[in-house]
Amino acid sequence: MDWNFIIFSLVKLAIIVGVVQGLVAYSVLAERKISAWIQDRVGPNRCAPPFAKYIPILGPLLTRWGMFQPLADGLKFMFKEDFTPAGVKKIYFFLAPAVAVIPAMLTVAVIPFGSVMGSQKMVLADLNVGILYTFGIVSMGVYGIVLAGYAANSKYPFFGGIRSSAQMISYEISMGMSVIPVLLIVGNLNLSKIISWQADNGWLVMYAPIAFIIFMVSSFAETNRTPFDLPEAETELVGGYHTEYSSMKFALFFLAEYSNMVSSSAMMVTLFFGGWTLPFWGLDHPATSLAMGLAHIGVFMLKMLFFMVVFIWVRWMFPRFRYDQLMDLGWRTFLPLALVNILITALWLWMRS
Amino acid sequence: MSTAATTEIKPALTAIEHIKVKVDGREIEVPRLIADWSGKLTPTTMIQACELAKTDVPHYCWHPKLPVVGNCRMCLVEFGTPALGPDRKPVFNPDGTPKIAKSPRPAISCATPISPGMEIYTKTPAVKQMREGVLESLLINHPLDCPICDQAGECKLQEYSVDYGQSSSRFVETKVHKPKAVDLGPRIMLDAERCILCTRCIRFTRDIAGDDALGIVNRGSYNTIATFPGIPFDNNYTLNTVDVCPVGALTSKDFRFQMRAWFLKETKSVCTSCATGCNVLIGSREEKIFRYTPRDNDAVNASWMCDAGRLNYKWIARADRLKEVLVRGQKSTWKAALNEISDKLKNAQAGSVAIIASARQTNEELWLISKLKSKLGAISDSIPRVGEADKLLVSADKNPNTNGARITGICFTEMGINLVKISDGIASGKIKTLIVFGENIVKRAVANEKLRERETVSEVVDEHAITAELLAKLDTLIVSDILPNETTKLAHYVLPGCAPAEKRGSFTNGKGRVQKFMKAVEAPGDARAEWEFLHDLVHNVTGQNGFVTIEGLFNQMAKEIPVFMGVTWQALGDTGVTVQI
Amino acid sequence: MAITVDRKPLTLWEKLYLPAIFGGIKVTTRHAWNTLFRGKVVTMEYPEQKWTVPEHYRGAPYLVKDQEGNTKCVSCQLCEFVCPPKAIRITPPGESGQKADRTNAEKMPAEFEINMLRCIYCGMCQEVCPEEAIFLQKDYSITGTNRADMIYNKEKLLSLGGEVGGIQKWKHKLEEAKAQENFPVKL
Repeated sequence: MDWNFIIFSLVKLAIIVGVVQGLVAYSVLAERKISAWIQDRVGPNRCAPPFAKYIPILGPLLTRWGMFQPLADGLKFMFKEDFTPAGVKKIYFFLAPAVAVIPAMLTVAVIPFGSVMGSQKMVLADLNVGILYTFGIVSMGVYGIVLAGYAANSKYPFFGGIRSSAQMISYEISMGMSVIPVLLIVGNLNLSKIISWQADNGWLVMYAPIAFIIFMVSSFAETNRTPFDLPEAETELVGGYHTEYSSMKFALFFLAEYSNMVSSSAMMVTLFFGGWTLPFWGLDHPATSLAMGLAHIGVFMLKMLFFMVVFIWVRWMFPRFRYDQLMDLGWRTFLPLALVNILITALWLWMRS
Repeated sequence: MSTAATTEIKPALTAIEHIKVKVDGREIEVPRLIADWSGKLTPTTMIQACELAKTDVPHYCWHPKLPVVGNCRMCLVEFGTPALGPDRKPVFNPDGTPKIAKSPRPAISCATPISPGMEIYTKTPAVKQMREGVLESLLINHPLDCPICDQAGECKLQEYSVDYGQSSSRFVETKVHKPKAVDLGPRIMLDAERCILCTRCIRFTRDIAGDDALGIVNRGSYNTIATFPGIPFDNNYTLNTVDVCPVGALTSKDFRFQMRAWFLKETKSVCTSCATGCNVLIGSREEKIFRYTPRDNDAVNASWMCDAGRLNYKWIARADRLKEVLVRGQKSTWKAALNEISDKLKNAQAGSVAIIASARQTNEELWLISKLKSKLGAISDSIPRVGEADKLLVSADKNPNTNGARITGICFTEMGINLVKISDGIASGKIKTLIVFGENIVKRAVANEKLRERETVSEVVDEHAITAELLAKLDTLIVSDILPNETTKLAHYVLPGCAPAEKRGSFTNGKGRVQKFMKAVEAPGDARAEWEFLHDLVHNVTGQNGFVTIEGLFNQMAKEIPVFMGVTWQALGDTGVTVQI
Repeated sequence: MAITVDRKPLTLWEKLYLPAIFGGIKVTTRHAWNTLFRGKVVTMEYPEQKWTVPEHYRGAPYLVKDQEGNTKCVSCQLCEFVCPPKAIRITPPGESGQKADRTNAEKMPAEFEINMLRCIYCGMCQEVCPEEAIFLQKDYSITGTNRADMIYNKEKLLSLGGEVGGIQKWKHKLEEAKAQENFPVKL
């Protein structure tokens, strides 16, 4: 075992987890702020420690933009009563949040979030079956929700769990199908290879736009975000699968949802938008200097944040789908579309060769 | 003793001829003569006929228990009598009914006697118009100060104003202002402006109380109720004038500005200040008693009660009430104390126990004590309480249930003669345990030698020889009382009891009328109704399990005591049953 | 019987969801733009900014004084009686209690308590008051740190209520009575 590898992996792991958690926390704030703006409101604007306003220049920004709101939210979750309702299936009830959050965190492992820094590749695990791994892990996310719905021993969570399992299984198929054209074009399952192919040949979104659309819509469904947030549909199911949860257990579901958002955004960036590359300023090949390595990470983050905002924006833009419409869209529109897309891509590739 | 119980002493009505009259078209039979305020048979009036027909005729000055004067004019009705032809024979309508000659003028129904075949009309437009007119005149000088008037809520003027009054006054001139808040006597306040000059108070004081203290002075609009200059209105029945006053002119100083009448919960009860047992309504709100008012009972107190009895309720709310069960001065629980007492009584030698019950206790409680007494072979008595009587209601016997104590065998006909035996028993050491209920026995105690001297000159036995020194010789002194006193201080066991207003039960009054009373307020602290814990005690000591409700207890008592034979709790009703004593 | 509502079938263009998506983007962007850059915010930053209470707003009931600073309440207890949630509790002065501020009114409450936790702001006390002594005023932010704080006593109610004039019926009556001082007999 290479000690160097272990140490650097651990450091990368710590950084990735830290960054993802931070992103999650602030995406909650972003969610609240953006929703507020869209709805003619101000949003969180008060939460700040007393000393914050004396900081020059940054002070007003920190206090007026609710920059400390995620901290307060976190504290609140910590200190709320962790209530376990009578009649729940205790083991599953405690297991469910963990099962939900672990896959969400694991997905990020294979995503190359930068080129190289020194001699280190900016990816935790540069698997040659990266996509396969991702899909494998993502499909496990459903267990957390189904388990939560089942363990709560209550009607609404149960409905939420049922809806969720049906929805996620349905959309996983079209999601998987939508990526096949990408694989056909690139001819490799390794995500780093896919990025370098894009650096050479241009972003894949231009080669497979239909695949991108299907992938994006399916990832909305996979992350249980509006307009496909039927498992938690507040107005119908009082919160769905996490109705009976409180305190940190509830927070873990929240964390899972936003982590999924992060990893979905990262996947979209990686698969269709060239990952850490930019076609100009020489940012399209692996970094030779530390600054360039940082710039790559920055590029990746920016692209990802854009998709995060899209995720959030969409939530406040569209009403929720009806359940039958959701299934109809998944099975009768996206699945055939994805299959046709595979066929056309294959034909096109065959004709070119 | 006879075992027959009669419900009421009814005047022999059968001898009185009944005549038929029509009230608003409905024919009823009414007696020709009816007993008036003084009990004398007088011709029945239209208002009484209407009352029998359950038709309401508004009135101010008329009162069933007062002489009739007919000065308020509120009870004006129209009427007609069978027409007589020129031949002095009744005239008939074509359909065979007698023709009615309607009187051209209305009459005051309170003072017009009925005649056979008379028809009374109380709902005609003319009658309504007359009532409106009378009311408007009454309201000319009446100040509209209902917000500060104690009568508001039980004011006849208010009630009839709602029925017949106008929403606004046509009277534009200045009202006559008469003196307000006039101190008429030690218990009465007069607001002359509010007076409608019905003279009920004058008639009550003159004719019922026999103290011609009130009168009307000045002329015209300035008519005012007044006493003789410098002579206060202070007989023992003054507060009844507040009850009869249909408006807020006469108010009770005791109840003045204390609470609005509509908040008071009215509980049917009996006055406990003397053996008369006047029926009262206890006005209470949120466990606080605000007033006693007399309740009609022709067999006992008509509509009246004395001021002394009426104001004798404040001790119930005293802060120093006994609220805790004490065992040798230490706070204890009912269960522990009763178990301890039962054990002691069970092991007591026959004849070593004496019981001094109180004639202020209810029949049921005294009966339970008598059970205890027979089981223990105890000697018992109670303390007589003698005062002055008057001609109207007040009895010389100040115990409300002297007859109950006699009937249940707690004392002999002459109450208090066993006290000597008890004091001798304690002195000789024969009596080791003394149970005292609701009496401060030390209060009238006089050393034995002095008592012997006095007995030769006085027949009154309200003094006895059970002194504090004698009580100290006892092994066990069990005292149940309501207020703390010297005896409760000496007691080994103090059991807090309830005032009559805090429990249910029955009393047998001086004339043998058994009357029940209801619970008005909750007892403070741990205090428990005597019959409740006596029931437990009797159960523990004798093993007899009686009834746990007052109804069952009374009915059981009535079965076992010949005097009460045939009487049930239910049959007592609101006004009681007279038994032969 | 269930009624079937006819729905207009979607056109192919609509079935693509694209018009809805563009519409949504347009609306949300417009609102976000207006909020962010043109300050068109509909909410209010509450403790700093307060709304103007409408004229007939029914806020907390307070006792008022007349134009001479006298307590108007005469302790008639009608409000206590009519109060649906039993929030009002009046202690009458009794015979020997404190005399009323106004000589002629004879009485005023010894204590007047409104439990603001129970009050439902229905305004029945104001409606029933024969003395125009209690008014629902414009206070809506009634706070306290414990239950005892929320029971307002007479002094507090009077100081919060301020002065509301009126016809001064008792004063008027007293003047009338003084004008008739040649009353024939003094009692």
